[in-house]
Formats: sequence, C-alpha cells, structure tokens
Amino acid sequence: MKPLANTTTNTRQLLQRLQPFLGLVLIVVIAATLSDRFLTGANILNVLRQTSINAIIAVGLTFVILTGGIDLSVGSVLAFSGAMGAVVAANGHGAIGVLVVSLLVGTASGIALGIVITKGAVQPFIATLAGMTLWRGGTLVFTGGRPITIDFAAAADSFLWLGNGRLLGIPVPIYLMALVFGAGYYVLRHTRFGRYVYAVGGNEEAARLSGVRVDRVKIGVYAISGALAALGGVIITSRLTSAQPTAGSGYELDAIAAVVLGGTSLAGGVGTIGGAILGALVIGVLNNSLNLLNVSSHYQLLAKGAVILIAVLLDRRKK
Amino acid sequence: MSRTTGPLLRMTGIEKSFPGVRALDGVHFELQAGEVHALVGENGAGKSTLMKILGGVYQPDSGSIALDGRQVQYPTPRDSQADGIAIIHQELNLVPHMTVAENVFLGREPVTGYGKIDRRKLHADTQTLLDRLEVPIEPTQALRELSVGRRQMVEIAKALTFDARVVVMDEPTDALTDTETDHLFAVIAALRAAGVGIVYISHRLPEIFRICDRVTVLRDGAFVSTRRVGEITADDIIKDMVGRSIAEQYPYQPAAIGAEVLRVQDAANAFVHDITFTLRAGEVLGVAGLMGSGRTELAKSIFGRTPFASGQITIAGQPVTLADPRAAIRAGVFYISEDRKGEGLVLGMSVARNATLASLADFVGAAFRLLHRREDEQARRFVEQLSIRTPSTAQPVGLLSGGNQQKVSIAKGLMSNPAVLMLDEPTRGIDIGAKREIYRHIGELKQAGVAILLISSDLPEVLGLADRLLVMRDGTISGRFDRESMSAETVMAAAVGHHEVTV
Repeated sequence: MKPLANTTTNTRQLLQRLQPFLGLVLIVVIAATLSDRFLTGANILNVLRQTSINAIIAVGLTFVILTGGIDLSVGSVLAFSGAMGAVVAANGHGAIGVLVVSLLVGTASGIALGIVITKGAVQPFIATLAGMTLWRGGTLVFTGGRPITIDFAAAADSFLWLGNGRLLGIPVPIYLMALVFGAGYYVLRHTRFGRYVYAVGGNEEAARLSGVRVDRVKIGVYAISGALAALGGVIITSRLTSAQPTAGSGYELDAIAAVVLGGTSLAGGVGTIGGAILGALVIGVLNNSLNLLNVSSHYQLLAKGAVILIAVLLDRRKK
Repeated sequence: MSRTTGPLLRMTGIEKSFPGVRALDGVHFELQAGEVHALVGENGAGKSTLMKILGGVYQPDSGSIALDGRQVQYPTPRDSQADGIAIIHQELNLVPHMTVAENVFLGREPVTGYGKIDRRKLHADTQTLLDRLEVPIEPTQALRELSVGRRQMVEIAKALTFDARVVVMDEPTDALTDTETDHLFAVIAALRAAGVGIVYISHRLPEIFRICDRVTVLRDGAFVSTRRVGEITADDIIKDMVGRSIAEQYPYQPAAIGAEVLRVQDAANAFVHDITFTLRAGEVLGVAGLMGSGRTELAKSIFGRTPFASGQITIAGQPVTLADPRAAIRAGVFYISEDRKGEGLVLGMSVARNATLASLADFVGAAFRLLHRREDEQARRFVEQLSIRTPSTAQPVGLLSGGNQQKVSIAKGLMSNPAVLMLDEPTRGIDIGAKREIYRHIGELKQAGVAILLISSDLPEVLGLADRLLVMRDGTISGRFDRESMSAETVMAAAVGHHEVTV
C-alpha cells in the first residue's frame, strides 16, 4: 500500500473529536438566542454548579464504561454515602471527616461490586443493578425513609462550605468538578492505570496476555466510580444540609447520557474524560435554558431524550 | 437462454483509494463461466478490496464491471446478490444460535399467505440444497453444533439459494480438516460443472494447482498477471506475488546454542500432561502437531494463562511459579498468540501503545506519569528494526495488514526483553514477503541468544527453522526430533500416532 496525503483523515478525526464541543457550543448559542438571561455571569455559574454533580459522577462512569462495563449503582451509592456523611456531619465533624467516611463507603461499595463482577464473573449490568437496589434499600433502612436533617447550628463551617461556599465568587462544587476532571484526565491519559483501562476495554484478553492484571483494573474502575458518586453525595448533603433517602434516583442515567454524549463507546476502549464533562454540560445547559424559558418539566424530559438520540445518531453516522 | 461467448465477469481498470492508501490501481480481472479462477497476492495487495467492490460493499473510484457483457453497478451488497454474485467471507456470516435452515434463508424466509414463516417449506428447501451438496447436515440443527467445515457448507448452500453465478471464496480451507477440504473441492467441481464461475482466494499454492484453471496475481494494488495454471509453476506465482524469486524460503542459520534457559519437568494440568523438555539460549524448538493436539495449550500453560497444576518450571536454573502472564513476563517469558485480532492486539490502539503494553513499567516517570515521548521513540526503533509498514506509530494497529500486525505483536514481546519467546503460528494468514521477514527476525533473535519456542501447523516452516522439534498429540509430547532425524514423514507419523517415534 502506498501512503498518500494524510490530511483528510486528520481533519475528519479532528472533527470527530470536536463533536461534543461543537454540540455544546451549538446548544449554548441556541440558549443565548432564546433567552437573554442565559449568558449572564450568575446564570453561567448556576449552570456549572448544577452540572457539577452529574459531571463528577460521569467522570467515574467514564472509567467504568471505558473498560466495557457499566455502573448503575451510582445514584444509590450517592444516597447511601450521603446519608452516612450526614450522620457524621450532624455530630459536628468538618469536611475532612465527612469526606473520609463517605468516600470510604463509596469506594468500598465499588470494590465489592468489582469483586462480584471479576471473581464472581457476573455481568456488570446485573451486578450493579443489584447494587443499585441493595444500596437504595440500605439507605431507606438506615434513614427509616425520612430525611436526615443536619442542625445548621451544629454543622461545621467546612462541611457547609463544600456545597454552599464560594471561592473568588465561584461556588465550591465547580472547583470540585474541575479538580475531579483534572485528576481523571491525568490518570486516564498519563498513567499506566489509565492505559490499562483503555487496553482492557479494547481487548481484554490481549491486555491479560500482555501482563495486565485485568481483575485489578476492573475493580479499580468500580472503586473510582463509587468514590466519585460518594463525593456527589457529600456535595448534595452539604448543599441541602440534609440527606434525602431518595437522593440520586435516576442520576445513573443522566451520567450515562453525559458519557455517551461525550463520544464514549459503550463497547469500551474508546472515549475521554473531557467528553463526559462536555456531555454533562450539554445536559446542564439544556435543563437550565428550558427552565429559563418556563418549559414544563414534562416537556424537558422529552427534549432531553430527543437531544440524546440526535447526538448519538450523528455520532453513529460518522462511524 | 443465449449466452455470449465472452467472459461471465469482466472488471476493467478498477481504481480505489482510501484515505492515505491507494488500494487498487487499474486492476483487471476476468472470469469465465465454469471456471475456477485463483486470485492471489500478498496481504494488502488488493484482493479483498477488489472483491468488496464486486460485492457492492465499496464503490470503485473509476473502472467498470461487466456481467455477461452488460455494464453493471452495485451500489449495495443487495444489488450484487440480486445479480447472482455470492461472496463467502473468511469470517463466516452466520448466526450461531439459529438453525441451519434459518441461516440459509436468513432475510428471504418463505412465508405463508398470512406472513407467517413457512417452516415446512423452509426445511424442505434447505434439505434439497444440502442434498445437492451431499452434506449430512439436518436443516433443524443449531449452527453452533457444526464444525467450521460444515458451516462453510451452510454458507455455500446459502449462496445457492439465490442461484449464484459467481461465487467468491476467501481463504475457504484455512480452518478445514483434510477431509473437509476434499469435500469442499468436490462441491467446487460440481459448481464448475454447472457453469458457475468461482473466484478462489488463497495463500495455499498447492490447492491452486489442484483445483484452479487460471490464476491472477495482484501486487501492491496493481494487476501483475493472469495465466493458465497448467503453464506455470509455484515459483512463477511466488515471483509475481513478491516481485522476486524466493530462493531461500527458510533461511535456517545454525547458531551457537547456549545455556539452558527453560526447563519444564513432569508438568500437567487439565489441558496437557506429562510435559518434560528443555530449551536453551539461541535455540529454536519447534512444536508441531495437529489442531487440537495441545500445542497452544502447552504455550499458554507455561505462560501462566492456564497454569500447570503440577510439575516444575525452571528458568535459568531457578525454580519458578508462573501463576499468571504477568509473572511469566517478569520471569522473562513471552507468548505471542496465534489469534492476533482476538487476543494479541488492541486493534483500536496505536502501534506505539500496543508495542509498549507489556513493558509499560519501563516508561513511568515522576508522579506515575507515562513518558509518551520515550514510548514513541522506542516504538519507532522497533518499527524500523522489524520494518513494520505503517504511516506512523500513531496509526491504529487495526488498520495495518496482517503481517505488519504480527510484527507489532513481536515488537511488544521484544520490548519486554524476553529470554524465552513463544511464537504461536507467527505466519498464519500473512503473505509470503512478510513471512520471509519474520523468518529473518527469528534468525536474528536466535543469534542474539533468545530461546524460541515456535509453534506452527506449517510443517515445511517448522522443519525449515527448528533446531529441535517436539510433536504434540492428545495433550502430550508424542515425538522428539533433532535436525537430522526430523522429516515430514516422521513428524506426521508422530502427530497422528501411527507409532511412537523418539530419537
């Protein structure tokens, strides 16, 4: 075969990579055209803050989906670890204490699911579906079905700061989202673990025969997913100064939508963290602008479903 | 029906480019009714692309196709099928969970007046076809219960359902036993007698001389020659394929054989048993045997993929336990799989990232950071050393030809610095030019003191390259030969178990 000029491939690849970004730009332009309140500083911070939790969960889910797995348990893990965190916070512990407890709970849940999936050879969909149900049940039992409310006066400032604080005028959850994005990007792109995540998703047996400890990589991604869901739980608990037993219901689906909108393949091996963040932003902007336009929440769901379908169909066509 | 005296199929001046590659450059191809026409060429020569154009999968950039002297165009595979062109792919396009009959008539099921599938007719029609092929298969059998050879027959039956006039077979005998191959050839002869034109794509030259009438050779996307099989020799075909004569197909070089590197003593597990042998530095130990005799299982057991349950492995005098591939790689053993796509490479990843996958620990800097530049440099070194043909090290490995993919697998193995390299069918499905290069690299590794275990079904290949030879049968070693005692006859006898041969 004789190589010709490579420019066409490169342009196409570039366009493909930029697609989630172009999608976001498009939806921002539309939102700004339809509502003059959209492009105000306060509203943009609002969108980012509202997006932060979905984006953080989507980062964890990206790791899982890149290995060819799925994690349906994130919404329930968020609720359960949030409730645990609420108890710690109600006892006057600060951000560090709450984060340590909640993240340990989330990580442990992920490790447990990872072990079931690898050593027990259970399909990720089934294992995490069970996890989703178990943790929701656990949350309801633990809370007695009632919100755990944290006495505002008793709560430590640092804990409240996680969900409500601002730094240089920007809400703290946005910093947390940026931090998670940066760390996720670094791990995936620049570390051995990240490379192995792609290799396992691309061809599990090839990875194994290259000396990759596939089971450990898989358990690792579920641990990350669980930990980040728990971080989402802490932020919500702090923001509301209470833990709702039904918190996070349906979050797994929003996060999956964000990951897929970002161009990550559910078959594994292909995708990026940046894409997941962009996907989460698309969903966030969509929700926000429909709110600004006073569209009823029923129609919002229709719009969201349609956008996901269109985006995924466009993506398919190019492949 | 009046048939013109011209060719059944004529493809003229076919050109096709893909981004970065000119796949076909003015190719001609002609097929008579009742002819078996071999289409040969190295991988990447353009055979598959040409047939995909015929099958309506790709559109040619220029050139024309004529069927019975009539100009045709095939925008979709369906159009091509409608004209009676059947392509039987290397990877069979069948659904394992459905029955034979359902597969044969997939998408064209006979229906009753109510639109319900007419099972009786479905089964009767399938039975008729199977009878015509004289294969003992039941229409109601599940496809997954059939051997690969039988599945091929189902594919052919499927082709017959739409009165195929042109049947293209892509490497049909690759996975067949000898009996199945004989049967396939009988079917081909019957199709030819019925006036069907057959395009036969194969790397196996003896088969071409056995069943083909003419042979067309492509090289680098260009037409080289079309000749009558009776007027040429195998060497002529090879010359046309590679553009040079292959004087020395197997460049065996005796090397200074060094110290013992690997010793396997009384090892056994569920797949192999009573395994005892040694391997020394600078030695090529061939492993021959029939398919299913336990050759691959032997290598994978040493590599820790399916570890031995009993026995002892010793590496450089040290007893070791190789519980998983990672342990084996660390102990200096590497295994390169026979199944490049299935378990050898991550096809979507680049050449560089595949090459470094087994030795990534060597590329970690501060803060766990991978040194991408050093990876690329190292990959480039191996691309050069193994003359891997790729636009760059960033090219996804799935886009390379089979031979170059195999070299990337070897590069990955070499980067882990193995003392023992196990190569499982390293030249299967790759073209003659690339084979020669791989033989040369095996020679170089041998000179460099690497101990090589070479598993191969290609008997001339192992006989040509090995210093010593093990023959496997029923999961154990059934024969041992050195260079003087090994011959095709003695090795085959040990492989099929006529008598125990030990030297």
